[in-house]
Amino acid sequence: MAEIKNYTMNFGPQHPAAHGVLRLILELDGEVIQRADPHIGLLHRATEKLAENRTYIQSIPYMDRLDYVSMMMNEHAYVMAIEKMLNLKVPIRAQYIRVLFDEITRLLNHLLWLGCHALDVGAMSVFLYTFREREDLFDCYEAVSGARMHAAYYRPGGVYRDLPDHMPQFQNTRFSRPNVTHKLNENRQGSLLDFIDDFANRFPKHIDEYETLLTDNRIWKQRTVGIGVVSPERAIELGFTGPMLRGSGIEWDLRKKQPYEVYDKLNFDIPVGVEGDCYDRYLVRIEEMRQSINLIKQCSKWIRVNPGPVISDNQKYAPPKRQDMKEDMESMIHHFKLFTEGFHLPKGEAYAAVEHPKGEFGIYLISDGANKPYRLKIRAPGFAHLSSLDEMTKGHMISDLVAIIGTQDIVFGEIDR
Amino acid sequence: MEEFLKQYLDPKFAITFAYLIKIFCIVIPVMISVAYLTYFERRVIGFMQSRIGPNRVGFFGLLQPIADALKLLFKEIILPAKSNNFLFFLAPLLSIAPALAAWAVIPFGFEMVLADINAGLLYVLAMTSIAVYGVIIAGWASNSKYAFLGSLRSAAQIVSYEIAMGFTLVGVLMCANSLNLGEIVMAQQGGISQWYCWPLFPLFIIYFISAVAETNRAPFDVAEGESEIVAGFHVEYSGMAFALFFLAEYANMILVSILAVIMFLGGWMSPFSFIPDGIFWLLVKVAFVLFFFIWFRATFPRYRYDQIMRLGWKVFIPLTLIWIIFIGAMMQTDYAEYFH
Repeated sequence: MAEIKNYTMNFGPQHPAAHGVLRLILELDGEVIQRADPHIGLLHRATEKLAENRTYIQSIPYMDRLDYVSMMMNEHAYVMAIEKMLNLKVPIRAQYIRVLFDEITRLLNHLLWLGCHALDVGAMSVFLYTFREREDLFDCYEAVSGARMHAAYYRPGGVYRDLPDHMPQFQNTRFSRPNVTHKLNENRQGSLLDFIDDFANRFPKHIDEYETLLTDNRIWKQRTVGIGVVSPERAIELGFTGPMLRGSGIEWDLRKKQPYEVYDKLNFDIPVGVEGDCYDRYLVRIEEMRQSINLIKQCSKWIRVNPGPVISDNQKYAPPKRQDMKEDMESMIHHFKLFTEGFHLPKGEAYAAVEHPKGEFGIYLISDGANKPYRLKIRAPGFAHLSSLDEMTKGHMISDLVAIIGTQDIVFGEIDR
Repeated sequence: MEEFLKQYLDPKFAITFAYLIKIFCIVIPVMISVAYLTYFERRVIGFMQSRIGPNRVGFFGLLQPIADALKLLFKEIILPAKSNNFLFFLAPLLSIAPALAAWAVIPFGFEMVLADINAGLLYVLAMTSIAVYGVIIAGWASNSKYAFLGSLRSAAQIVSYEIAMGFTLVGVLMCANSLNLGEIVMAQQGGISQWYCWPLFPLFIIYFISAVAETNRAPFDVAEGESEIVAGFHVEYSGMAFALFFLAEYANMILVSILAVIMFLGGWMSPFSFIPDGIFWLLVKVAFVLFFFIWFRATFPRYRYDQIMRLGWKVFIPLTLIWIIFIGAMMQTDYAEYFH
């Protein structure tokens, strides 16, 4: 009898389920995966090296482009590391704004994850529904920073500017009908906070909509229950964080365990899974979206009644007001120094991490006292998750591999950096 | 029509010619409905997914299918370097030809049928079974691992659902006492209550699900599996060769829908006896059934390959067998009239 050999298949980087540029070498026995070998580096842009040649502020936009679906969270870890080294105090209002936008970012990320995961498993409509809601969240980004994705909104010492009083409106074009435009502008009449509140009020209904399509769907359950099971002990050993870890039943969330900004003043729960399979991780992330809405509402309520500065008044590190620059010599010098030379960090090192939608996103910064980092190391949660792919997929079929890539919520911007 | 042609032509030619005209009268409307089924699908799914769908080419995008067809026609057919050329081109023909040939026995109205043969149902089954060879050969001849996986999946799936489908048809022919599709429709005369979808309700549902699986449509589209094996068996095809697979898939969709209508929903019969019968009813019912195909596609996630097999072998085949025995038993009792 002829010897039966395993079948080697190249999966990606040009594959609809590769989430960008994942390349896998699969060893298959029929359709059953014996070994999955991820090859990374196809989106490597040397962010860490680039940061060594730029002043601290110049590197903020690079952070947006790491995990390009949760932009502001990446900035957050970066500015937190700088603030930690400088002992720079962030005004309380800025902290609330940061939490507000962190949670908006979490929604952005989870919506993209949900849509792509469902699309990978074959449910097409969910993808388009989630993108409809993402559009509104991008509008929030746009209103506050001018950019729809790569915001560069967080700065060392606070945020770039206060929340705007009005929302940008849709304009009539020769392709649009006036009554449609009017309808689109209906919830954009007030301030950004009004728009966010309106969104927060209707979004739970949208989550219900996704859940009616998926949660109790027999096919969805057959495709996710018992797939890619990771035991709690193994999840810790593998360095899992975020929903991947919580899906396995470990209650670990930096927002609760090492509270940063104002998370200790806010009221929210951490959902955890039981089985550690794809379905539990799905439920965990769905519940996280509901908790995020809860947090957004609390922040928005606080921000409404507590005006104040949104960036530190220490002009060595935060730009002075434009008005002051016209009259005050010192402010003008600060401004000039800040945007040419940039500020210097004291000699030393710091690690700051945030609870990123994907897990623990950390920035490890070493300074030799210059105006740019000596070394910047990015701790990307997706990297640890992807390294477990072989273990999670062993013995599953190709279709399950796709579901597992989906559940890991992989984005190559952060893995390849 | 033959009599009319005989006045002008040699009688031998007249018969052939008459048949040719009839064939064109079937194939061309089928092709047009295939084209507009794609348009219908894109608009309906667009509506379900809160987007617009094609609306730029012509009024409401009505010329979109024609634009697509022209585009595919002018595209280059790329031949993979290490493929088997003969089989590579044979495969699309093998899948489109049976999909069109099966239409020969479909009755569109009373006596409105190209070939009124007695074993019509068997003929349809035979034709739809041949179509699987197109898929297998396509996957094999492409010499690509993805295409190969796709064709293996597809072959296993079609073979197992063919059995469940065959058994549901057994139920129908037990009720109708005939394999002739026209006679099956005539047996359902007398309004909506006489349609076979009532006494054969489980078979109707199983037939419909098997039909979705048989045509490789979502949620059973593992053979194509966009996000898993990219496009499955036709991943290496382009231009018109791809278009033929595409046409075959949609022609098969319409075919299985029209079969569902003929066997379970009373064909061209009107639902109420006071409204006249006619081909209009057939079209309305087929459109209704086709809508479900599209609705499924917008709603369900995709099954895994082994789960499809399990559903076919462990659920559908036993269920159909039980129901056939049940019908057979009921026909021997006083309630037999409900099953005829």
